Amino acid sequence: MGLIEHRFEENFITTTVDQLISWARKSSLWPLTFGLACCAIEMMTTGSAHYDLDRMGVIFRGSPRQSDLMIVAGTLTWKMAHVLRKVYDQMPEPKYVISMGSCAASGGIFNTYSVVQGVDQVVPVDVYIPGCPPRPEGLMYGILKLQEKIAKEKYIRK
Amino acid sequence: MDELRFTQEEQAILGAVRDRFPDLAMEIRKTCGQLSILVDKKMILPVCKVLKEHPATLFDYLADLCGVDFLGKREKRFQVVYNLYSIQRNHRLRVKVDIDEADVYVDSVSGIWKTANWHERELYDMFGIEVRGHPDLRRILMPDEWEGHPLRKDYPLQGKGQRDDFSFVPKEDRQPTRTPRVRGESW
Repeated sequence: MGLIEHRFEENFITTTVDQLISWARKSSLWPLTFGLACCAIEMMTTGSAHYDLDRMGVIFRGSPRQSDLMIVAGTLTWKMAHVLRKVYDQMPEPKYVISMGSCAASGGIFNTYSVVQGVDQVVPVDVYIPGCPPRPEGLMYGILKLQEKIAKEKYIRK
Repeated sequence: MDELRFTQEEQAILGAVRDRFPDLAMEIRKTCGQLSILVDKKMILPVCKVLKEHPATLFDYLADLCGVDFLGKREKRFQVVYNLYSIQRNHRLRVKVDIDEADVYVDSVSGIWKTANWHERELYDMFGIEVRGHPDLRRILMPDEWEGHPLRKDYPLQGKGQRDDFSFVPKEDRQPTRTPRVRGESW
């Protein structure tokens, strides 16, 4: 950095475009609330005052067109899977998916005729959070892990 | 029937039914202190009508309507159970109907209690019992194109492979199936 050091006024920061874009993206993850079962209750708790996801820039949206993260919270049935895919397709790129809880990850205890055995068969999943349901700390840890993943992404290619 | 003891209310209920249908063959039972009667399925509609309208019974509320599958346990495979409650008189009655597998249908009571509409749709959806006289007999829980009736005892727990049909997912996002290939081989 010797070439550009002390050559700008103060309050200037030098960085790469990759870092700047990924910093912006990871700092304003707006999740779509796809609450399907009891995991949604934990998700609501995580979003409200005590745990306060807002301080990480995570603001819940009610529309897929305003979201870039989908938190699949709960048991996905085959009938609902069609809706899940449709809603996922409506989200603008770049989009990420968090699978919250055992049911979303693998069907959980519901190895039955109507339950999809893992939402990754319907949409590509970035982070799996185990638990039944996961505690709010678990969901926050998952979101932080996703932020780490986004921070490492490269946008500029040769 | 001698060992059964009825309260005054229960006697009034049974009396009202006997009064209107002197020839009605009904099997009266008490389970955990609750009165239940088993009637012939041809009589369910008139009996229910009387139970709702008779001043001694006044069962104005159908609390629940459900089906039972006694596969291999009873001669008549299915049973439909009507749980009645009277808000005015604060008493309850359970009415049961046996249904033969050869003749899987029951008359709709949705003309008597409107709430029966969705209950009977669920009955049809889960057990495949045809509800005659129902205004709109469609599946209510399972998707319309679903095959089979999941609460029948001969329906496999993990289904018939429909849950692994992901033809609506684009090819690049498809995953190999999670269901074990051999039935019975599970986690």
